Amino acid sequence: MKALTTIKSRFVPINIENIDTDQIIPTRFLKGTTKDGFGKNFFRDWRYENDDESKTIAHFPLNMSQFNGEILVAGKNFGCGSSREHAAWAILDAGFRVVVSSFFADIFKNNALNNGVLPVQVSDAFLQRIFLQDNNTELTVDLENQSITINSTGEQEHFEINPYKKTCLLNGYDDIDYLLSIKEDIQQFETLTT
Amino acid sequence: MGKTLFEKIWEKHIVKTIDNGPSVLYIDKHFIHEVTSPQAFTGLNNRGIKVLRPKQVVATADHNVPTLNQHLPIKEELSRLQVEALIKNCAEHDIELYGLGHQYQGIVHVIGPELGFTQPGMTIVCGDSHTSTHGAFGAIAFGIGTSEVEMVMATQCLLQSKPKLMRINVDGELNKGVVSKDIVLYILSKITASGATGYAVEFAGSAIRSLSMEARMTICNMSIEMGGRCGLIAPDETTFEYIKGREFAPKGNDWEKKKTEWSALFSDGDAKFDNEIFINAAEIEPMITYGTNPGMGIGISNNIPTTETINDNDRSGLSKSLAYMGLEQGKAIKGQKIDYVFIGSCTNSRIEDLRMVASFVKGKKKAADVEVWIVPGSKQVEAQAIAEGIDKVFEEAGFILRQPGCSACLGMNEDKIPAGKYCISTSNRNFEGRQGAGARTLLASPLTAAAAAITGVVTDVRELLN
Repeated sequence: MKALTTIKSRFVPINIENIDTDQIIPTRFLKGTTKDGFGKNFFRDWRYENDDESKTIAHFPLNMSQFNGEILVAGKNFGCGSSREHAAWAILDAGFRVVVSSFFADIFKNNALNNGVLPVQVSDAFLQRIFLQDNNTELTVDLENQSITINSTGEQEHFEINPYKKTCLLNGYDDIDYLLSIKEDIQQFETLTT
Repeated sequence: MGKTLFEKIWEKHIVKTIDNGPSVLYIDKHFIHEVTSPQAFTGLNNRGIKVLRPKQVVATADHNVPTLNQHLPIKEELSRLQVEALIKNCAEHDIELYGLGHQYQGIVHVIGPELGFTQPGMTIVCGDSHTSTHGAFGAIAFGIGTSEVEMVMATQCLLQSKPKLMRINVDGELNKGVVSKDIVLYILSKITASGATGYAVEFAGSAIRSLSMEARMTICNMSIEMGGRCGLIAPDETTFEYIKGREFAPKGNDWEKKKTEWSALFSDGDAKFDNEIFINAAEIEPMITYGTNPGMGIGISNNIPTTETINDNDRSGLSKSLAYMGLEQGKAIKGQKIDYVFIGSCTNSRIEDLRMVASFVKGKKKAADVEVWIVPGSKQVEAQAIAEGIDKVFEEAGFILRQPGCSACLGMNEDKIPAGKYCISTSNRNFEGRQGAGARTLLASPLTAAAAAITGVVTDVRELLN
């Protein structure tokens, strides 16, 4: 997993609530057996009409050239629905390292963190402030200090992250490395409980 | 202070807890399928390690399989490659696979309970959000991502933070024509699609107690649609009766011992929940969804909400949802024309669901311009339906009985609903494009779906019962 410390970047706003993982990566594209290439079909059905790549939906933010950056900003309850980790892979493959929302679904949050994508949960009010900024505005997400700043106005908010997960992400450690390191504890637990 | 059902199971499975961090949770049973496992096996192979406890893993092919002509090779190349990868991976790692053609093949959340793998007090995971289904047996069961599938394969453990605890009590008697699917759609309409995010949800109350295991599974299955980390119901005689004698259930002395253990699995009288909700079963009518998340549901006699009457959670999305669905604010849902009826999925494809539909449609014919797909949850359900003559009832009604798989629940295999068409579906998700790009899904119970199959429009099944 790639480490993440501070991201200073412009952002892509998708001001829609309850975005489920079927939208982030439609089911028909889950047939890969590797983790690569899912960015191509990121929000596929909101980017193209009738699944036709020549018919771009012009008003969808991911299709608007004025929006870019490594930060995706979306309405509340982002990532609900299916547990597909392909959603996190698609986000990463599409070039994003941070997703900002006022609420995240549980499984998505874990999947994102396990792939070096940082979910930043902010207040509804702060989220609305971000949506009001123009497309040149940069945001700074500082994981060490757990803060997100709207650089043009200086508005800042603190965000929460589990201290263990924070250490993992700052250093690029995977959970699996940790679990493999405590194999003896696990075997002892098995002996005691059976 | 007393403990909740969840806490009793959770505490028994903690290997250790990281300071200021998550706990290492031991996993008893791991179900895998073809879609969310290949990258996990690749991860293991890259590390040069084997699955730690292959006997605790059970595999099946369900998401990507066709539901007609299963004896032929899978036509779609990528689907075939995924299923072949599962066969190869299971062989290399010594995992039992109930693949296509096996008498136990089926939807992972149907075969687990049916074969007796799913038992009270267990921790159960699968790379599939509807793993919450197994909670109906009084187990902690939840969906995980592929990185976590790899962790469980490698170490039989996961890092988890303890969720908050919610109890939803449903008391009283259900009205005629109202079944467990209606209970869960009603709860969803009240608490919304994010109402239980961050919580483990225990379902309790006299109306829940009175349900069969299959009906309980339908409710726990959809606890993820409220955002719940898992859903669970305390085991009781109904649970024990269901498990007893199943292929992989404990037998003999072991059975007696287990039953005693399981009998202690309930929330103590003074156990504390972070949130508690009370629902009167008598207020529930047959439910149907009109929008694009499972919380957007109404009683069948009600009108579609308006921007003024809808809950805060769904207000901003209402116009977008209704534009996608081709429906209008404030209009009745009853009478809406239907093109397809899908009875299946891990929510409602068990033998009881098929029996319910068969007893309702016996002697009736489907509406001329409606296509009706019945997809049994497993080979065993299919065999049972045929043994009981249910297949004949469906045939006479003009329904098509297909072969087991996830089918049209998720628009991944060959079974897709065409763009713009309306499908009344017993599955669990009405998200945009869920049943196929542009498909319009109305979620309902098997009874309500069967009623629409007969009339061709959204129908209050109570008007046809008697």
